[in-house]
Amino acid sequence: MNLVWLVPALPLVGFLVNGTIAFTRPRAKWLVSTVGVGVLLASFVVAVMVARGLALAHAEAPVVFRYWDWIPVGSLQISYALQVDQLSAVMMLVVTGVGSLIHIFSVGYMHDDQGYARYFAYLNLFVFFMLTLVLGANFPVTFVGWEGVGLCSYLLIGFWFSEKVNADAGKKAFIMNRIGDFGFLVAMFMIWQHTGSLDYTTVFAQAPTVLTVGSGTATAIALWLFLGCTGKSAQIPLYTWLPDAMAGPTPVSALIHAATMVTAGVFLVARANVLFALAPIAQGVVAGVGALTALFAATIALKQWDIKRVLAYSTVSQLGYMFVGVGTGAMAAGIFHLATHAFFKALLFLGSGSVIHAMHHAYHATHAHDDAQDMRNMGGLSQFLPWTATLMWIATLAIAGIPPFAGFFSKDEILGAAFARGGAQPIWYVFWGLGLFAALLTAFYMTRMMLYTFHGPNRTGAREQVHLHEAPWVMTAPLVVLGLLSLVGGALNLPELVGGNAWLHHWLEPVTAAGAGIVPAHELSHYTEWVLIGIAVTVAAGGIVLAMRALDLTALVPARAAPAETGIGKILNKKWYVDELYDTLFVRPVVWVSRTVLWRVVDVGIVDGAGVNGSAAVSRILGWLGSRLQTGELGFYVTVFVLGVVAVLFRALK
Amino acid sequence: MLLGPSLVVSAVLFAIGTTGVLLRRNAIVIFMCVELMLNAVNLTFVAFAQQLGTAGQIFVFFVMAVAAAEAAVGLAIVLAVYRHKETVDLNHINLLKG
Repeated sequence: MNLVWLVPALPLVGFLVNGTIAFTRPRAKWLVSTVGVGVLLASFVVAVMVARGLALAHAEAPVVFRYWDWIPVGSLQISYALQVDQLSAVMMLVVTGVGSLIHIFSVGYMHDDQGYARYFAYLNLFVFFMLTLVLGANFPVTFVGWEGVGLCSYLLIGFWFSEKVNADAGKKAFIMNRIGDFGFLVAMFMIWQHTGSLDYTTVFAQAPTVLTVGSGTATAIALWLFLGCTGKSAQIPLYTWLPDAMAGPTPVSALIHAATMVTAGVFLVARANVLFALAPIAQGVVAGVGALTALFAATIALKQWDIKRVLAYSTVSQLGYMFVGVGTGAMAAGIFHLATHAFFKALLFLGSGSVIHAMHHAYHATHAHDDAQDMRNMGGLSQFLPWTATLMWIATLAIAGIPPFAGFFSKDEILGAAFARGGAQPIWYVFWGLGLFAALLTAFYMTRMMLYTFHGPNRTGAREQVHLHEAPWVMTAPLVVLGLLSLVGGALNLPELVGGNAWLHHWLEPVTAAGAGIVPAHELSHYTEWVLIGIAVTVAAGGIVLAMRALDLTALVPARAAPAETGIGKILNKKWYVDELYDTLFVRPVVWVSRTVLWRVVDVGIVDGAGVNGSAAVSRILGWLGSRLQTGELGFYVTVFVLGVVAVLFRALK
Repeated sequence: MLLGPSLVVSAVLFAIGTTGVLLRRNAIVIFMCVELMLNAVNLTFVAFAQQLGTAGQIFVFFVMAVAAAEAAVGLAIVLAVYRHKETVDLNHINLLKG
């Protein structure tokens, strides 16, 4: 376990090396690939060793490694410290494991890109910050990682910054995350004010004694923290940046905007489970926002044509599920869904990357300018990309919640936990209902995406078809691994109901015990659980069957010939006009105030006018007045001189 | 010895000098008025030196030396100005102004 510092340090070294290569020898691709992927694999190996060490030690308390004093100011003592416990071990393995696969995929996907070295430098830097986030032993260290992944997200969304729309998407993500980070900061201030520390171990030990359950302070701390989570994890109301973040390269979408960074909010709630357990109202808000987001994003995904946008809204929706889980107090269920989602969503994104790769090459070969990401230009791709199609079907069944795929177990556990808490607080029945409806929509839109992409007649174009082919093995191999994980990932936390031992649940117990001690878990009878599973599977299967029945694959036409959407379809396609609403409510007023008040009044009028030009005018007037005294008339000087002498003498002799 | 009358005389001399400096416009006359003021001060010094020791007389020598130097430089300047402007009327010598 002593080697834990190597886990984030290796990607940092990778960033430094690749960053240097990006400036000096940008064409040395083999070197970049070796370093970029090598450090990640090494980091993964070390992470496995650390996790193994933790398991063998049977540590009930977190193992904290302090490296140096970072901010020693009076009673505020913050050291740069990493913490190994069951939660950070799971996150560390997911980040380095899935991260390694996505790095390998990137070798193929980004091979022809001009900024190959820069890309891997950013990607390694991201992994470093993400590991700092999950391994941090106090709030500030986590916050450094939190900000760092935001920076890398910005850099990678705007990776192809020569097109303004990509750069704008990066800015949007960064600014919306700032709003959330403000909440995180306020929460940290309040935590320090009330517990006198920011170290996780101290804070979580102190919190139950200094904060009473349900008190205003506890609720405020939890809600401010959650504001940070809504920004980072794309929940209502700060979710609109995530779909736009698809402007970045597809492996980035898989790594940052699906598997790891956006789950940081879920991780934070699980990490601070004690604080949330002390604030039942905040828990309700977390679960409620999660459930609403899950449903809301799922409705939008129904009518998107861009394959990556469907997946982006799907990610928002699934993150909502995770928040229902952690908001309900079922931390293990939330983290479980986080892990399985990392598997199947990374697979879906990388699969879509493989599809886009093929489409892009086909259009490139014929010099066509059609949209390589629009599903209306696809269709029937399963005959050209059999591996990708099969693997993405596995992921689709997993996300839809069909047993025995990974997503079924995690999603079912979250819904079960929400239903169980409904026995004590009926509002949770509503959250359960919302989640269930979102599950129906999830199954529907995912099947829709698969059908439009891989089945029915091909709409790419006759000339382009001959150029469609499966991606090289360096891209398909990670897909196969992720496909296996999506298939068997449920084994991580197989419920006792079906003969499993709920391994992840027990593994996380040392971390979640404190929070669980405050909010007792609600048990369901086996009979109820079976009924719930039956309902969930019926809903998921119903969504898939419904999509297969309702969608007419032969009626679709390529994007450039497609008619405009009408009615509810148009509203969904336009994402409920939320972007337009935010534009009217926030962006335009801010721009207006900036332009008319801040620019023309404050800047031009006060700063430039009164401040800069004003002080210049005053000194000019004073100078002019002074120069009037110098007349050149000697008589005048002498008169003034004599009068002065008389005045001084008069004053001195009086 | 005769301190009061001496001081009165020097005060009168000083006042005449000052008035001359203030009222006259001819540079040479003003120059002479300045000399008058200096000599009024010298008279004060020697008058006091009668009673307070020789320090005042030493000062008088200093003033004389400075006045001699001043006369040399001042008259040279006046001469130069006259060559340039063909006048020593101060009302016409007013180039230096803000």
